[in-house]
Amino acid sequence: MGSILSVDSLTKVFTRKGQPDFAAVDHISFEVDPGECLGIIGESGSGKSTAAAMITRLIDPTEGRIILDGQDITRLRGRQLQTAYRKMQMVFQTPTESFDPRRTLGDGIGESLRNYGHCRAEVDRRVAQLLEQCGLPADFARRYPHQVSGGQCQRAAIARAIAIKPKLLICDEATSALDVTIQREILALLSDLRREMNLSILFICHDIALVQQFCDRVLVMYKGRIVEEGVPDEVIRNPQNDYTKRLIESIL
Amino acid sequence: MAEILRYEHVDIAYNGRVVVQDVSFTLDDGEILGIVGESGSGKSTIIKAAMGLLGPSGQVTRGDIYYKGYDLPDLSPAQIRKLNGLELGMIFQSAGASFCPIRTVGAQLYESMTEHEPIGRDEFNRRAVELLKKIGFDNPQRILDSYPFELSGGMQQRVGIAAAMLMNPRILLADEPTSALDVSVQKQVVEEMLLVRRTFGTAIVIVTHNIGVIGAMADKVLVMKDGKMVEYGDAKQVLERPGALYTQTLMAAVPRLRRFRPGETVPPLKEWDATSQIGNLGRGTGR
Repeated sequence: MGSILSVDSLTKVFTRKGQPDFAAVDHISFEVDPGECLGIIGESGSGKSTAAAMITRLIDPTEGRIILDGQDITRLRGRQLQTAYRKMQMVFQTPTESFDPRRTLGDGIGESLRNYGHCRAEVDRRVAQLLEQCGLPADFARRYPHQVSGGQCQRAAIARAIAIKPKLLICDEATSALDVTIQREILALLSDLRREMNLSILFICHDIALVQQFCDRVLVMYKGRIVEEGVPDEVIRNPQNDYTKRLIESIL
Repeated sequence: MAEILRYEHVDIAYNGRVVVQDVSFTLDDGEILGIVGESGSGKSTIIKAAMGLLGPSGQVTRGDIYYKGYDLPDLSPAQIRKLNGLELGMIFQSAGASFCPIRTVGAQLYESMTEHEPIGRDEFNRRAVELLKKIGFDNPQRILDSYPFELSGGMQQRVGIAAAMLMNPRILLADEPTSALDVSVQKQVVEEMLLVRRTFGTAIVIVTHNIGVIGAMADKVLVMKDGKMVEYGDAKQVLERPGALYTQTLMAAVPRLRRFRPGETVPPLKEWDATSQIGNLGRGTGR
């Protein structure tokens, strides 16, 4: 079985006039297997989110290749890129800001379905179903983002992400802004969905304890590079890299 | 130890809507109290009330907050200004943002100090350098000459602590002082505050949603939920054997790092089992 996502020497260099070039992500390579949950940890500025933004093609890589389910998506544009998004969806850190404040949650969740040509009635039916699958009452479709709590909004964001049945879900600090009790519920939801849909998840998170609970494998990023990789329990028990050691020692 | 701060049946309302209800606790000299709870539980509001920082719409509607025989909510703004800084120090979540961006750290610390006592530049400099050294800065003069944005987030936070400690207050009130920081920097800031207590005997009230920080620092813990106290007591006991049902749920939800002792083998990789670890809260309907 081939990997669902394969990243090869992915690099992002930010250039600014009068300042030396800055490699936010520096030649990282890794793969995500079907059904696998891969965690990426690292401190702020280590390049985790830049990597996610490149993989989801929100920013263009300077160098390297991104292969999604066998297809090179590194330079795709327009319609072709849209097709690639059928296989890959994202859940962001701040759920409320990831929805259009002037449109209802139902509009946001159903957008991808409408884009792929489902009729109105079908979309409404699916949205209700998706909300329910994510633990929200169906009438939440008529609410606006500011009318629901952060945890509820993140559930809606997950419903939006799984609407077109992607193979890969990219979660960039998806639970970091939530209270621990809500965080726990969202993780339970993600792991249920993962089982039901055989989802692969790229789970970007700065909380190593959470990654230990949730992920099959973990990458440790530091200053744009991958400094360590392995099964979370193994990495935590026996960190090889100095930075990883420091990181684990710092946890209260 | 002598009691220095006492909350008695305090209610606090914003625009007439009660957000904190019937909160009572005491703080002893040199004690560290942690206030925990989820967003919106009223934990920050509690310490803002002591500093008179509730803003025009907030008000203590019932109960008293005693410090040295003063009832803090009844003091005039002028009296509050005398106490704030000098006796009650505060650290905010983003200390960097509480500094003026276009003036050096030193200039701002000097200004806040002259507000409370007549002091010359040289004397200020001597004391500031001494304090910064004491709380672990290698090169204090460079910090004083820097603008806030020239320092990293962790440095800014530590300078925030230094700014609060310059007046050597008896109580330090800290509102989520480590929440915006990476874990390695978070640990530094926690150690900084512990050092402050060891060195100066300062009592600290720390508001945070981070249970790890509480475990590392607090002598006592107050747990808030929807504006009400659900548990108050000895930190070790509340964290390890919580009495209230809500505290139990909260503690169970905290992601904890499973560490391994040397020689201990890692259990074989098992399928992610939602029911055994986090799934038992079920899907619920969120909040």
